[in-house]
Amino acid sequence: MFEVPEDRKYLESHEYATTDGETATIGITDFAQDELGDVVFVELPEVGDEITQHEEFGVVESIKAVSDLYAPISGTVTAVNEALFDQPELVNEDPYGEGWLLEVEVADASEFDDLLGPEEYREQTE
Amino acid sequence: MALRKPPLYDVYAADASFTDFGGWEMPVEFDSIRAEHAAVRESVGIFDVSHMGEIVVRGSDGTALMQRLTSNDVTRLSPGESQYSTITDESGIIIDDTIVYRLPGEGDAEYLFVPNAGHDEEIHRRWVDHRDEWGLDADVDNETEAWAMVAVQGPDAESTVAKTTETDVASLSKGDVVDADVAGADSLVARTGYTGEDGFEILCSTEDAEAVWTAFADDCTPCGLGSRDTLRTEMGYLLSGQDFDSEDEPRTPYEAGIGWTVALDTEFVGRDALAEIEAEGVAETFVGLVLRERGIARHGYDIVADGEVVGHVTSGTMSPTLGEAIALGYVPTSLSEPGTELSVVVRDREKRAEIVSTPFIEDH
Repeated sequence: MFEVPEDRKYLESHEYATTDGETATIGITDFAQDELGDVVFVELPEVGDEITQHEEFGVVESIKAVSDLYAPISGTVTAVNEALFDQPELVNEDPYGEGWLLEVEVADASEFDDLLGPEEYREQTE
Repeated sequence: MALRKPPLYDVYAADASFTDFGGWEMPVEFDSIRAEHAAVRESVGIFDVSHMGEIVVRGSDGTALMQRLTSNDVTRLSPGESQYSTITDESGIIIDDTIVYRLPGEGDAEYLFVPNAGHDEEIHRRWVDHRDEWGLDADVDNETEAWAMVAVQGPDAESTVAKTTETDVASLSKGDVVDADVAGADSLVARTGYTGEDGFEILCSTEDAEAVWTAFADDCTPCGLGSRDTLRTEMGYLLSGQDFDSEDEPRTPYEAGIGWTVALDTEFVGRDALAEIEAEGVAETFVGLVLRERGIARHGYDIVADGEVVGHVTSGTMSPTLGEAIALGYVPTSLSEPGTELSVVVRDREKRAEIVSTPFIEDH
């Protein structure tokens, strides 16, 4: 069973966004990191860049695959997890914690309504 | 077309994730590619490589047939020895690469050779057609479905294999092959592999595959094709269908850096074309590259010098041993010297790269 925390919402393409305020933390799910296998590289936008819901914002590469990342929510990037540049394996080890990707200032909180809840997402991965 | 399943499929199906490779549904990863890779470099791992083909050639003209269809000199082989070779077309383009085993035993030479996954039917037909055209007396059997093959690879491979058989495997030299009883199964044990480590490849009947695999279960980390690929890439070994391919990446052995498998003093299909190419020199050469900026070079990415596309990557990955992005590919021979600085285009961005000699890892 893959971990699906209750305190966030999800995209069908396996990205999550936290929902507890004006900023959201974005990452990929436990299911996604398991499917990818050993993550060896992430390519992310920079602080100040805009990302748009459902559009590509970066790339995560494992040894065996290259995967585009899609934004669960629109906003302005306020922080990038630079630890991943040296330790991309944090995405595998702790996808919801130390393996986070971006923090954004949420542009439009109503976009959360378009995302899957934990239960819906869990069903998708079973 | 349905995928072919290796005989061990049901044994490990619950423990692995799978991929289509050469028409076979093969395990790509058991636990983690990184962990499997490390097991082979540091201790010992076992791979199911039953997707590899097995073609057996027997009869009084067996040696003549092998000599005329492979680039290396099979007459250099004594019973119980093997050699790396290529199968080329009339223009010297590699159709496939292979290990040719001369089987142990007296009398007419018997050969078992191992084409790559998905090539067995094409190569078998090639052998039969040429035998008939040339009127040679040889039996050629495609025994791919009858054989299972596992590779036990790593610095601890010798002691691990020795535990499963009475046969003295420790005294085998690299490339040697013997008949042996392995875990009760009549097998061929060869000191060969595709990882750069010491190791053995064990061929047995499909019925005995589970007994052989199980005999190694306690001592070996099960490994999939993902780590097989990272291991061979660190060594700069070619992958058929990717680093050369008669349709998508037509290359001669000289371009591919394996000119040493071409015995120009023998007669084989492609020999005359290759003699000319050898005399003229090649315009492009297979090289190793290391990226000097963050990013990973992958199959198909362009290699650029001074803003011009000069070549492309045929294999690339993150080296688990080095923690660096490594790649193999073709560049103009004039740019192939180690130390030459080029770039690889990763998602429209040029990443600085440098030609390095292979193997990428030291002491191999």
